[in-house]
This record gives sequence, structure tokens and C-alpha cells, in this order.
Amino acid sequence: MGRIDRIGEPWGTRTPYGPGETWPTRVDSFLADGLTEDDVDRWVQSATILHSNGDGLDIAVKDDRIVGVRGRAVDRVNHGRLGPKDLYGWQANNSPHRLTRPLIRRDGELVETDWDTAMDAVAGRCRELLDERGPSSIAFYTTGQLFLEEYYTLGLIAHGGIGTNHVDGNTRLCTATAAAALKETFASDGQPGSYTDIDSADVICLYGHNMAETQTVLWSRVLDRLAGPNPPQVICVDPRETPVARAATVHLAPRPGTNVMLMNALLHEIIGNGWVDSEYVEAHTVGFEELAKRVQDYPPEVAAEVCDVPAEDIRRAARIIGHAQRLLSTVLQGFYQSHQATAAAVQVNNVNVVRGMLGRPGCGILQMNGQPTAQNTREAGADGDLPAFRNWSNDSHIQDLAKVWNVDPMDIPHYSPPTHIMQQLRYIEEGSIRFFYVTATNPAVSLPELARIRSLLSQDRLFLVVQDIFLSETAQLADVVLPAATWGEKTGTFTNVDRTVHLSEKAVDPPGEARPDLDILIDFARRLDLRDKDGAPLVKWSDPEGAFEGWKQCSKGRPCDYSGLSYDKLRGGSGIQWPVTEEHPDGTEHIYVDGQFWAQPDYCESYGRDLVTGAPLDETEYRALNPTGRAVLKAAEYLPPHELVGEDFPFQLITGRTLYHFHTRTKTARAPQLQAAAPEVWVEMSASDAADHGWAEGDLLEVRTPRGRVEAKVRVSGIRPGVLFLPFHYGYWDQPAGHEPDGHDRAANELTLTDWDACSKQPIFKTAAAAVTRLAAGDGPSLAPTTTGSRPVSADVPPTRGGDDALALEQGGAR
Amino acid sequence: MKLGLAIEELHRSENHLARVLLAVSDRHKADHEVFYVARDIAGWSQRHVTELARIGADFGVDLDPEPEGEPGILERIQQATSDLLGRRPEPGLLLLADLRHVHREAAGVSLDWELLAQAAQGARKRELLALAERCHPDTLRQMRWANAKLKESATQALVS
Repeated sequence: MGRIDRIGEPWGTRTPYGPGETWPTRVDSFLADGLTEDDVDRWVQSATILHSNGDGLDIAVKDDRIVGVRGRAVDRVNHGRLGPKDLYGWQANNSPHRLTRPLIRRDGELVETDWDTAMDAVAGRCRELLDERGPSSIAFYTTGQLFLEEYYTLGLIAHGGIGTNHVDGNTRLCTATAAAALKETFASDGQPGSYTDIDSADVICLYGHNMAETQTVLWSRVLDRLAGPNPPQVICVDPRETPVARAATVHLAPRPGTNVMLMNALLHEIIGNGWVDSEYVEAHTVGFEELAKRVQDYPPEVAAEVCDVPAEDIRRAARIIGHAQRLLSTVLQGFYQSHQATAAAVQVNNVNVVRGMLGRPGCGILQMNGQPTAQNTREAGADGDLPAFRNWSNDSHIQDLAKVWNVDPMDIPHYSPPTHIMQQLRYIEEGSIRFFYVTATNPAVSLPELARIRSLLSQDRLFLVVQDIFLSETAQLADVVLPAATWGEKTGTFTNVDRTVHLSEKAVDPPGEARPDLDILIDFARRLDLRDKDGAPLVKWSDPEGAFEGWKQCSKGRPCDYSGLSYDKLRGGSGIQWPVTEEHPDGTEHIYVDGQFWAQPDYCESYGRDLVTGAPLDETEYRALNPTGRAVLKAAEYLPPHELVGEDFPFQLITGRTLYHFHTRTKTARAPQLQAAAPEVWVEMSASDAADHGWAEGDLLEVRTPRGRVEAKVRVSGIRPGVLFLPFHYGYWDQPAGHEPDGHDRAANELTLTDWDACSKQPIFKTAAAAVTRLAAGDGPSLAPTTTGSRPVSADVPPTRGGDDALALEQGGAR
Repeated sequence: MKLGLAIEELHRSENHLARVLLAVSDRHKADHEVFYVARDIAGWSQRHVTELARIGADFGVDLDPEPEGEPGILERIQQATSDLLGRRPEPGLLLLADLRHVHREAAGVSLDWELLAQAAQGARKRELLALAERCHPDTLRQMRWANAKLKESATQALVS
């Protein structure tokens, strides 16, 4: 251990360990400008923000500027490790491009203004519309990157104060299906797994989950198990040859859009061969008969045909799963952003449930999140759910929430589930939503069918507010832009996939006049003069800790119970897993122990939905189905994708991410080491497809769908034939035209179609039909990373390296 | 025995329901979920049509196993019109009327399946009863979809 280029070696040095052992500590750090730890004035506790893993870290501060980061050795999540995005990404905080003053549109141009003018314009337009058109003309679209305290306050303002049902987060794009799948099987959100399950699992299945790139530190944990004695077997489902696929015992690469077919076939084998824990199923589940009947029609030979995967590989994977002693299953965008998303993710739950692999070490499910604080968007009620997993169709839950907020239950809209973003956009399109308040996200690059999105957001009749730290593509379309503080410049908590809550403390002041999101939201509420039913201010707090105390009260007695936590308790040590209560003051590593679920009709968050039509079940139906609150085994028939390949559009297009960038690159492109590792868009194609066309690595291609075109250099990679891959990170903010294409289109979402899973409402980014032509022969290889899923098949491409600027420190042993 | 008549009637009503769903889909292309889900579940009715035609032969009725009408030029025009009207508020109200219509038609089909199941039971026709038990839940799901979509869409269409 020592100094190492973490661009060239994203997972760092191996620290092997065996089953049941503690993962060794390795402390990673990176300081700017050749500084050493002795130069640092102070270290401020926080956690990682550019992915969903939730690794504990300390922020290094010198002369009141952030100068680096160091992993926290005591933290249960990372044992000191950090990923490349964490080591280098903090530099974006210090970027000269930060927004430092509010902007307002005057005569078509965004010009600087003061906070009073900007906030009066925002609150004024909101009030005007409330008076003229009512709360259904107001919508909020937030993120997976704020803090819990901010989401909870936003949900309170929107649901309890303004009374609109139109509240969602961009978590809809990354983690909506995770929540939906958990609600289908367990009738409540809440992760039935723990990262520590990796330490003892003997089989780890990754379904559409390129963990090596999306959660690098978690993948290091798997790599360390693989390098140790008695390593686990790994099963990978992914159409690309990802680092996970290369490490897998069995790699299944199905045609995009056929996940349900594949999962039904796996279940067909598991149930057909009797690899079922009958006692567990008998005692703790409902619906086994229907599941068994449903999957009868899906023998591996049928799936082999539809998915184009060898039947023997499906059998082999099923056999490994069927004989697992400790089975960990994880799921991400390959399932969530694909056709029949929820049905496929639910089948993963079903695998663990029928095998009785839940609620003990090594046995868990991680329906992953994409963003650092997505879990909180879901918990706190800022994304189409009500706070603390309350059930919008259970009147007593609404009454209870109204009591916590001291408002009339009628003031909390609950006539239908909160309006998801794709439906909000439809209402913006038809003109019934006229005020759209966007916090910390960039829909003008991240949503499907960008030409449509730009046109909707540019309408004169729409008042668009964007609260962000950079002038993103979306901000450029706004009527008012509010400059926000970010991670390291404000205090708050956030929670990762395995329910670990971290405190992130303020290390430095935000630049210029930028303000914490919480302060801006509270200011908004004050200007709207939102009050409770006794005439007191609706929002009862003025700082993060006050909001956290409010949240503790709101979450008490619910599955995500924070009542036993406090800022003091989170300071100094490791993150803590909810629920944290009087009985479990140190948190809870495994939920669903001994088949005890949160699914009782009076308690559960959701009565479930039809997996094909998305129609919600009502209370009576749910009570009849599951009177005592067991796990629900559900399954759906396979349906072909909605956009099929044909003569004109012969390729299947999937979009995705790379290890070195986050979301729309607003932060990662401003960290030089990360930007250099993946500087421009590329398109992946298989070697056989490239050979058929006579094309070579680095040729400039045009990818077309009925909705748009993108130009990119081709990376000939290990992707399955017939499929093209485009990273979705690349928009236009660092190009001349600013927020839209100027002839050299490069945003993958120019091409994607407007379609979503009817159950989770998650847009489909991985099932479009596309055509591809060559514009020019290449003058060198594509600049896509060589270390990741975009690894070239040719040995001639220079490897991705970070050089001296990317040397980070690794320190072994206890600290 | 009039089992053949009941099968024939159901074959007609399932065909009709499939056409209604496809027409609703075409009229609401700008409402993407309605557009896609209505098409997906029209497929259920079309499958029922094929299965009814197959079993009809055992009861002396000659029915076309091919579901009626895939979308033609008229439907494409309707889709284009729907896209063009996307910026106007009226389609919201039209959607409510259309969902109400789907619900009524599906309710009719559901009753037809009840009738057929009762008759099959009385006549001890196992295969026919199994068919009804297999298909009828799909009809109920079609009804529930129309109901749920109506509930979800009503407030914005009527209040805003």
C-alpha cells in the first residue's frame, strides 16, 4: 500500500478475507496540491455523495477551503475506503462556475438579482396561481442528492401546506422500481439486506447491477471476498461484458427487454427442482401456488429462445442459486430502467423468499439506489410517497400524519398516489400545471425524449424555478434560478441503501450568496405564509437539527424509525442502520428476521399494484389476500417490449453510466481527473456487428431513433451483438449552445422513448430501437474508459490512467 | 344446450373490447401510459378471442380465431391528432369518458364469462370451465385498470 493511481485502479489494492471474517480496513485519502495530513486545519465528518453507497469520510479543510477527503476507518460501510468519484469529485465544490447570486429572467435573459427579488417572484407567482387555479397547478420535482431534512421540509410544504399532490424526485429515474418491488413483496419499502451480507454470502447474484462502476467500494468488498479463501460464486445478468460479468461464475447476457422471461425461467427451475424452503414458504408467505403456476409456462428452452441465452446457462445459474446456503441478491438499473421493471425486480425478491434466504447474515436482498440520498427522498415523502412509509390509501395513516403536522387531514391530498414526474410533465404539456419548482436535478438532460422535455419546459405559460449549484441545462430554461449550497457547505443527514444513516457536517461556507436548500425552502414557506390549523407557522424549525427532530417524531413507530437517533449519536463513530429505537438504540442490521414483515393491512405502506396495468389494489382486496401480513409472492407474464427492432431500426439501444461520472456530469466534469478519464460520449458496439459493417474502433457513428440523433465515436466492446450502449451523462452545458444540441447532438436521451413501467412509473431507458450509420472513419480510438464495462476488445487502445495528478494514498491496518 | 351461443356472444364481446381498448389507445397517444397499457391489455382480449374460437369448435360454432382489426390508416391519423392536441386541456375530459366506456364494456365481458362459467359448471364441461377460470381474471384486471386510471385522472381533469 502507498500511493496509487485510482483512475487506473478504481478499486484499489486487494485486502482478501474469508467467509464470516471482518473486512480488513484500508484508509484511502486524497489531498490537493501535494498537501499532507499535517497541513490540514481540520477534518469534518461526512459521507460520500456521488453514488448511493454511503461511505463514511472526513472532509479536509485548510484556510476555510475544502482540500481533500479521507475515508473513515470506523465506518461500517467502507472500513476506510473511497471510490474515484469520492477522491476527486469534491473539487467541483471549488469550481469558479458555481452559482453565487440568484438569477431572474428579464426580457428573455437571465440576469443577477438579490434574494428578496428572486424569492418574492417565486412565492408571488405560486400564490397567484394558488388563488387563480388552485394547488393542482403547482408541482415540485426534487432529487436524490439533498439531505433528509430538506426532503422532509419540502414534503411538508408541498403536501401539508400548499396541498398539491404533484411531488416527485428524480429518484423516479433511479430507484422507483426498488421501492415498488419491495412494496409488492413486503408491502413496505425498507431494504431486506445489509452490506455485511457480502462477508458471509456463498452466492451473490447481481441482476442488471454493474456494481463495479455504480458502487465501487461495495464491489471492492466483493473483490476482496473473491481474492480470499472459500470465495462466493457470482452470477451476473447483464447484456454488457462488465467487470462484474468478468468476475462471474455464470454470466447471462439476455436481449434487452426480456428480463421477466429470464427470471420466470430461473424460478421455473428453482421451483421445479424443489429447491424451495417449504417450511418458510408455508409459514411466512402467500401466493406460492399462483407463482408456481405462472412460471410453469417458462421452461429454460422457451427463455433461451426469447432472451437468446443458452438454456444450459440458465439451468446452471438456477442450480447455483438453488444450492446456495447464504444467498445475496442485488438489483439495479439493468432491471429498473427496462421493460417490465417491477415484475422483473419482484421475481428477484421471490427467489430469496422461496429459498427462505432473508433476515440472517449472508441472506439478503439489496434493491439498490442510484443516488446518495435517494432513500431519504422515499422515506421523507418527497417522491410520490408519504412521509415515513405511510400508506396514502389508508385513512388512518393520513389522520396520523395530519396530527404530526397539525393540519386538517383534508388538506393532505390523498385521492390518488402522489403524481409521478412523467405524469407531471403531461400536465405541464396540457397546461394544468403552471408552476414547476426543480431542486438539484437536471431533467433537460436526464429525462427521456429530450426534444419533448425542452419544448415543455420552455413554454411561456410555465413558471420554472430551478435551485441548483451550477447553471445546468435546465437552469438555463428557468424563470428564476436559486443558487444553493452543496455537500460540505451545509449540515444534514442521509441514508444509504442498507439503511445506514450518516451525518454530514458543514465544513466551509457556500460561495457568494449561495444558501442551503433548507434555508431556501423555509424562506419560501414563510413568504407564502403557510400555517398549521392553529395559525402557527407550518414549518416549525429553522435549522437542520430542528428538522431532524421533527422527522424523528414523524417516523416514530413506522418501519423507518429514526426516533432513537440524534445528531450527537451520529457524530464521531460509524453510520447507524435504521430502525433505531429505544429497544434497538444501536440500530438494526437485519430486518425481516424470522419471517416477520411490515405487511399487516393496518400497518403496511402499500396494498400493492397489478404488475402489468399498475392499478392499485384496494384495502378490501389486500385484506383478503394477506390478512396476517406475510410476504406476497407475485409474478407476471412476459410481455414483449413496446418498441421492437425492425428493418429501419435494427439495433436495441440501452443507455447507462460509467464509473467516472455522476448523473449529468455537473460535478464530475469539473473534477479534472474524472473528466479526463471519460472526456466525451461514446457508443459501444460488439465486435461482430462492427465487423459486419466494416467499422473499426474510433469511427464516428450516428445513432438514430424516431426521436433524435447522437454522434459518437464507436468503442468496440464486449457488449452482446445487436445492442448499442450510450452513456447518458453527456449534455450540453459545456458546449457552445449551452442547453441544447448545436448540430453535434450527444445526449443519449435525445434518443430514448417516453414510456414507463406502469407499476413503478420508472421511465424505460433500456429498450429502444435504433439505427446506426458511419459518418467518418476514425482518427484514433474512442476515449471511452478501458478499465470498465467499456473495455475495448482491441489491445491497441491506450489504457485509462490518471497519472501523477491522480495519486491517492492507501493506508492499511487500524487507524 | 345453448353453450355455443354463449361462446359466440363472448367471442363477439371480447373482440369488441379489444377494439375499444385499441381505439382508446390511439386517441390518447400523448398519454403514454394509457397508450401502452391499453394496447398490452387489448392483447388479453385478443388471446381470449383465439381461445374461444378453438373451444367453439367443440360446441358446433365456427368462429374466427384471428382477432379483428389491427390499426390501419385511420388509427394512425387518430394518433397523430392526439399528439397535435397534446397542448390542449380537452383530451383530459375525453380520457375520463373513454375510461368509463372501457369499464362498462369490460364489465359486460366479465358478466359474459360468469354466464359461461355457470353454464360450463352445470353442463360439467371441464375444459370450458377451465378456460373461463383462466380468462375471467384478465377481464377483471382490465376493469380494475379502467377504474383505477379514472380515479387517478379525475381530479386534475375536473379541478384544474
